[in-house]
Amino acid sequence: MDEAVLTSSLLYLDGVAVSFDGYKALRGLSLTLAPGEMRAIIGPNGAGKTTMMDVITGKTRPDEGVVYFGGARDLTLLDEASIANLGIGRKFQKPTVFESHTVEDNILLALKAPRTARATLFGRPAADVAPRIDRILETTRLADHRARMAADLSHGQKQWLEIGMLLAQDPKLLLVDEPVAGMTDAETMQTAALLREIAKDHSVVVVEHDMDFVRELGVKVTVLHEGAVLAEGPIDVVSADPQVVEVYLGR
Amino acid sequence: MRIVFSRVCLCLALLFALTPALAADIDLKPALSGFLSASFSSTEKSIEALARSGAAQAPAIIEALQDERLYYSGASGTVIVKARSGALRDAATDAPVAQAPADMKPVRLNNRLRRAVDAAVGALTLMSSNPARRREAADAVFKSRDSATLPTLDAAIGKETDAAVLTVLEQARASIYLAKSDATDAQKIEAIGVLRARGDQDSLALLSAAASGPDGIVRTAAQSAASSIETRLALWNNVQNVWYGLSLGSVLLLAAIGLAITFGVMGVINMAHGEMVMLGAYTTFVVQEYARTKWPEMFDYSLFIAIPLAFLFTGLVGVAIERSIIRFLYGRPLETLLATFGLSLVLQQAVRTVFGANNREVGAPGFMSGSFHLAGLEITSGRMWIIAFALSVFAALQLLLRFTSFGLRMRAVTQNRRMAASMGIDTNRIDALAFGLGSGIAGMAGVALSQIDNVSPNLGQSYIIDSFMVVVFGGVGNLWGTLLGAATLGVANKFLEPFAGAVLGKIVLLVFIILFIQKRPRGLFALKGRAVEA
Amino acid sequence: MQLRRFASIMDARSLIAVALTAAVAIIVPILLLSTPESFPLHAPPYVVALLGKYLCFAILAVALDLVWGYCGILSLGHGAFFALGGYAMGMYLMRQIGTRGVYADPVLPDFMVFLNWKTLPVTWWGFDFFPYAMLMVLLIPGVLAFGFGWLAFRSRVTGVYLSIITQAMTYALLLAFFRNDMGFGGNNGLTDFKDILGFNVQSDATRAALFSTSAVALIASIVVGRYLVSSKFGKVLIAIRDAESRARFLGYRVENYKLAVFTLSAMMAGVAGALYVPQVGIINPSEFSPANSIEAVIWVAVGGRGTLVGAALGALLVNFAKTWFTGALPEYWLFALGSLFVLVTLFLPKGIFGLIDHLRRNRTETPGRGDVAEAGGAKTAAS
Repeated sequence: MDEAVLTSSLLYLDGVAVSFDGYKALRGLSLTLAPGEMRAIIGPNGAGKTTMMDVITGKTRPDEGVVYFGGARDLTLLDEASIANLGIGRKFQKPTVFESHTVEDNILLALKAPRTARATLFGRPAADVAPRIDRILETTRLADHRARMAADLSHGQKQWLEIGMLLAQDPKLLLVDEPVAGMTDAETMQTAALLREIAKDHSVVVVEHDMDFVRELGVKVTVLHEGAVLAEGPIDVVSADPQVVEVYLGR
Repeated sequence: MRIVFSRVCLCLALLFALTPALAADIDLKPALSGFLSASFSSTEKSIEALARSGAAQAPAIIEALQDERLYYSGASGTVIVKARSGALRDAATDAPVAQAPADMKPVRLNNRLRRAVDAAVGALTLMSSNPARRREAADAVFKSRDSATLPTLDAAIGKETDAAVLTVLEQARASIYLAKSDATDAQKIEAIGVLRARGDQDSLALLSAAASGPDGIVRTAAQSAASSIETRLALWNNVQNVWYGLSLGSVLLLAAIGLAITFGVMGVINMAHGEMVMLGAYTTFVVQEYARTKWPEMFDYSLFIAIPLAFLFTGLVGVAIERSIIRFLYGRPLETLLATFGLSLVLQQAVRTVFGANNREVGAPGFMSGSFHLAGLEITSGRMWIIAFALSVFAALQLLLRFTSFGLRMRAVTQNRRMAASMGIDTNRIDALAFGLGSGIAGMAGVALSQIDNVSPNLGQSYIIDSFMVVVFGGVGNLWGTLLGAATLGVANKFLEPFAGAVLGKIVLLVFIILFIQKRPRGLFALKGRAVEA
Repeated sequence: MQLRRFASIMDARSLIAVALTAAVAIIVPILLLSTPESFPLHAPPYVVALLGKYLCFAILAVALDLVWGYCGILSLGHGAFFALGGYAMGMYLMRQIGTRGVYADPVLPDFMVFLNWKTLPVTWWGFDFFPYAMLMVLLIPGVLAFGFGWLAFRSRVTGVYLSIITQAMTYALLLAFFRNDMGFGGNNGLTDFKDILGFNVQSDATRAALFSTSAVALIASIVVGRYLVSSKFGKVLIAIRDAESRARFLGYRVENYKLAVFTLSAMMAGVAGALYVPQVGIINPSEFSPANSIEAVIWVAVGGRGTLVGAALGALLVNFAKTWFTGALPEYWLFALGSLFVLVTLFLPKGIFGLIDHLRRNRTETPGRGDVAEAGGAKTAAS
């Protein structure tokens, strides 16, 4: 473990291995993310992208390896709720919102506030709740839909609502899993712009298949393959790497 | 009890006495002479003499004496047997007696003589030509420990050629010596050795009695023998418990295995599963009723007819349920649970309306009844066949899933419904057939359960919770887990029963499973990975 | 201020339901006590007891709806909490019999004398003291639910697994309470009650009071329920029902929320059971039977889960139907009940209130959009 890298990093993964019934989803994955950085993670199906997210957010415990947040907190010891409260937000591959709540309530539930049952039952809402919700609905272009049920939104709108919920959480680190899957080209470009805007004051990890989208983001790219890092660097360098070409096009 | 037993012996002895094995021409006159006086002691002498004579008609005479059909005439010096038909015969010559003598009187018995008669019956069979009879007689002597039989016993031991019978005879003698107050220490020590070798509950009782006797080498030997038997019996008791447990486990397996398909493989909660079992049991009842009235000689084979019929009938009911209700509820497991519970109420009430609320009599064919001993185990045939049946159903199901195209397609649908559909598999058909298969197996389970449980509309209810426990405990989606789960729960239940009683044992198991599921929410054989989480 | 807070949590339906229940709480006792038997609307005591029983079932339904309708926890063991509350009340009533029992033992209930017990078991201590007994009505179901839920929710047992183990829980209790040596009257349960708080349980005035108390308890359970579900806490419950992992990744401790609502709901069920026992005059182990708990689920489903008032309405309707059937067509009741399960799940997944909402929305909104919302909601609510 490299102490200097560890303490200066926001997210630090070293030698992480996970297997399911003999299938090795991750084999010795190492990754470092600096504070304020935005990173794109690409890789073919089964490369271990979603499993990596699961490990960081506490859904899956790694068999081996270390995962540190902010240089000090060992994430492998915490559950999802604690990790979320440390400041890691996650967007699922399939848009997951609270369908029988209104758009506004979805944001309200995500808004940074005490999470205990006692606080939600007896506590008074903070005074700045309404303007904060307004701001987020503005950013995610959902202001006109605030009173609608989340179930009634289009697919793209649900994706944005989920990103909006992440913003409401005000996390230090956002993990975004395939945010543009199933979106139109126009929506994709809008989403890229949205993420770039978010990246100004948050660290972001974006997992994506869509190379055009990744190019549009214009950030450092990590290529995963068979549960480990294959290449890392700017998109143009990475996409010229013969190994990466082999993995993506070779078969 | 002993009277009944000795009568049985007598009848058997009578049967075998007809075979010309025993000398028929022995002169019985001297032996019978004691009956001619009214004295009980001379009567007793005659009984003993008769027992030792080995004469062909001796059993008939003893039986007549027991039934108070033996008469004597002091004037003519004859002993007369009055047959049940009323015909009279001379006991010594077996010749018919035309005219009853004027002074004919019955030979009287008192309680002491009745015991002598019993002993005589035992002694007579000890000399039988049939080894099985001799063995039964020896067992009877072992149980009675009547020292009066000792001379006969010694004679029998001297003549015995069959090693197995000889062992029992010697054990019988040992039991007499051990209980006999005037036997020497050497005789008793030898007897203890013999009984220790026999080593069953009866020997233990005898030895324990001796172990609480007066101080001395006999007492010490008896104590050590008793404790050695206790250890061995405890061991056999455990083995017997395992057997009972496996037997219960096989019942659980039968009830749960259909559920393992519908719940474990298809993910459908079928609360009406128990009612499929119940319908299978009623199918058996209907088949047997038909056999009883129309075709009595088929009764013994009725189960073999009921098994496929129950499978088909409940299978079709299952397909009908799947097509009419469950297919609209896929992906909504809680709703499926409620709908099928409603269905179970309807099915119960339907059966109650048609067949009545009372238990229906389902008979056991010959091969299902009776029991036998295997080493220290007592094995009832019915239970044994149910274990065999459960295992064959399990094996057949495994083969079906592994080696047939239906099994292949079913597994494909289970693993990835969408991909299976895009490969051209008719998933609707597979769903219906799989549900039918699960229900059909439940029906077959019902045939087996009709043999050990009351066939009533509530039959299914008593198994549904247990079945769910087995499937959940074993691990959903894994038939081997269901097998192991059923066996484990069955054996655990039987081992808990002696300490906690049947009900408390069951409660303990339920609590255990509730705790177990919380530790391993996906059962013993959990499938791991992303596919399961989704 | 208080009133405004109250108004803000009550929707129109709840207000109507509360008003109606309050009216019934006043009118029925008057009809029983102050009208002559010849009066056409006179309520004979047995009818009042029957109606009181329905009200208790309605409270149970509201309790069940809180966990199932709002948090997606399908408990098939709520009958156990109801029965435990009932047993706690039954124990108080048994201790009030005193020397009027068959064996006239001043302390021991008849069945203990019959079993040749010499001393009162520890479990029965203090039950002659009404406040203690009432505390137990809340605590026993509450502690069981807390312990059970603590284990189950922390290990993330969800969906049908949870349903199955709640069913196993009530089944285990059923078996346990059948045992004589548990000290709760075994097979026969607790019965032959004489007094409650010094009043004869059989008298008309007591019946009227018990009825009104049940009605007030129903009102209270609706108000408490409304308070919960209209708070942010309630929104989190619905969020957990719709997307449990989303709620977790937002930082909510799902298990704590579930545990809180499950325990509270169990206590409400306990109160319902406690009011039920003096009105029907008996509590026995059959109240633990798994079928009872599932029947309570169908009340909620019929009225419409996630509506509280609908659950109460469902309980009343189904039990009216049960009374009518068992009187007029006893053999057909199970057919009717069974079909109800099937038909409601297939054709009326959101119950009567869901149907009303659907019809109303179709009238005001474009029909297409309403359907989409319906389908989406139903799918997530089920998972």
